[in-house]
Amino acid sequence: MTVHQSTIAAPAGFAAVQVREGSDTAQHPIFNVRTLERVLMLTSPFALVALWELLVRASVLDARFFPAPSSIVGTFANLIASGELAKHTGTSLSRAAWGFGIGFFPALILGITMGLQPLVRAAMQPIVGATYPIPKVAILPLVMLIFGLGEQSKWAIIAIGVFFQVLISTAAGVANIDRIYLDVGKTFGASRLNIYRTVALPGALPVIFAGIRLGWGVALLLLVAAELVAAKSGLGYLIWNSWQTFAVEEMYVGLVTVAFLGFVSFVLLDILESRLIPWKPRRQ
Amino acid sequence: MQQVEAATTVLNQPDGAVTIRISKLERVFQTRQDSVQALRDLNLTIGRGEFCCIVGPSGCGKTTLLRILAGLDTHTSGRLELYQHDTSKPLTGMVFQEQSVFPWMTVRDNIAYGLCMRGVARPIWEPIVDYYIDRVGLRKFADAYPFQLSGGMKQRVSVARAFANDPEVLLMDEPFANLDEQNRILLQEELLRIWEESRKTVVFITHSIDEALVLGDRVVVMTAHPGTVKAERSIDFPRPRDVYELKASPAFGEMAFDVWSQLRDEVLKSKEEEVQ
Repeated sequence: MTVHQSTIAAPAGFAAVQVREGSDTAQHPIFNVRTLERVLMLTSPFALVALWELLVRASVLDARFFPAPSSIVGTFANLIASGELAKHTGTSLSRAAWGFGIGFFPALILGITMGLQPLVRAAMQPIVGATYPIPKVAILPLVMLIFGLGEQSKWAIIAIGVFFQVLISTAAGVANIDRIYLDVGKTFGASRLNIYRTVALPGALPVIFAGIRLGWGVALLLLVAAELVAAKSGLGYLIWNSWQTFAVEEMYVGLVTVAFLGFVSFVLLDILESRLIPWKPRRQ
Repeated sequence: MQQVEAATTVLNQPDGAVTIRISKLERVFQTRQDSVQALRDLNLTIGRGEFCCIVGPSGCGKTTLLRILAGLDTHTSGRLELYQHDTSKPLTGMVFQEQSVFPWMTVRDNIAYGLCMRGVARPIWEPIVDYYIDRVGLRKFADAYPFQLSGGMKQRVSVARAFANDPEVLLMDEPFANLDEQNRILLQEELLRIWEESRKTVVFITHSIDEALVLGDRVVVMTAHPGTVKAERSIDFPRPRDVYELKASPAFGEMAFDVWSQLRDEVLKSKEEEVQ
């Protein structure tokens, strides 16, 4: 942005006059910073892949550990064609969904209750505080001991991870709702159930949604961890099995698929959030 | 100016019926170290259909009194009688000072809130809500969310929400205090117009003498903390009132000076307390 600045002859009694003219170059329609930002966001991943390919071909990168993207694409196509990738992805997604659902709903109800009822909060807070910091991966052996090696142990470990994330955000979200909204509910004679439904839940929803995001991230992490240890299918199994057979390309296919699932699910969560929280002012 | 004695106050009321009788009301807040008396020996009777404005210095317990009337707080001693003329209607409704419109509901759903909570069916509440949406001039914003509204529009929603629920007594806690001067006058005029239609009993708290005189049938002056009734005045300006015209009249100025002379010492006292 340039300001056209000039000086004109000063009238009597003045030392100088500064003149500034408006200019349409102040807002350039095409080559502004935001356009450049968008271009960079779209091209940078491709640039990285191209660089990778180049470095492997130039033998700078060891192809045994970092196979060229072009050879991974081939393996990708094979695994898709054989239906193997779809099978593993489907199994993993189903586990993540079950685990998430089992953990989410109890956490939501308990979290709202903790947020609204000081006595429930007082009783639950030390228990949650003491158990939350335990890394969930550390209790995986115990979970497998209790639930066996089948699907239930995967659901259980994911559910536990999701439960804590959603519980903590929900309780904090409800407890931090402006008191006035609860007073409004009371002055209009809302029943306890209606206070939950019309005040506590929508009021805490933005914070609950942050918990859902974190919870889904934890679900994906625990999913892969559980599948690495004891599974005969799923993306975690695909990655682990590739290590055991030294099929590095297949391992990358597993990694890329997990990354892709993560990316797509967060985009979907963004869309869901804008549907569920239409009252949230959004940046354009 | 008469000194108020217990519940034997002469009332400025249209049909002589009493709606609220407050006798010897006290509210003490217990903290760990000591206790703070917010309200002391408060006596006040408010007639049916009366627009009663309460002015007092900040921290005098006005809001505490209103919260007790709304059932959001309880008094520690004394007696509160609320007379209900129609048990099918809610007893009280409240308009708050701060932003209290639900951000997660549209204007329409906000105004319908009380009716929905009472289990009124949609075909019945819809025309009522539409009426009040028009009444406060928000037709174009009926399906907008509060973040799309200005401060004045949000307070209009809050007022409409209280009126639509049709309570016996309307409690208003400095509802226009956070608005700019021009918006405040517009909202005062709108409130007067809506109120004229139903002539509900209103308890209106404000720190503005002008606002009390423009709106009320009576102004009650409260003492500095601990709050009790210091003095009261009937306001006999004819209705319907034009806010600006009324404010320009000499009688209004005299009245405002009179009320201020009662309030002045209390404001000074509350200032002294703040310094300590």
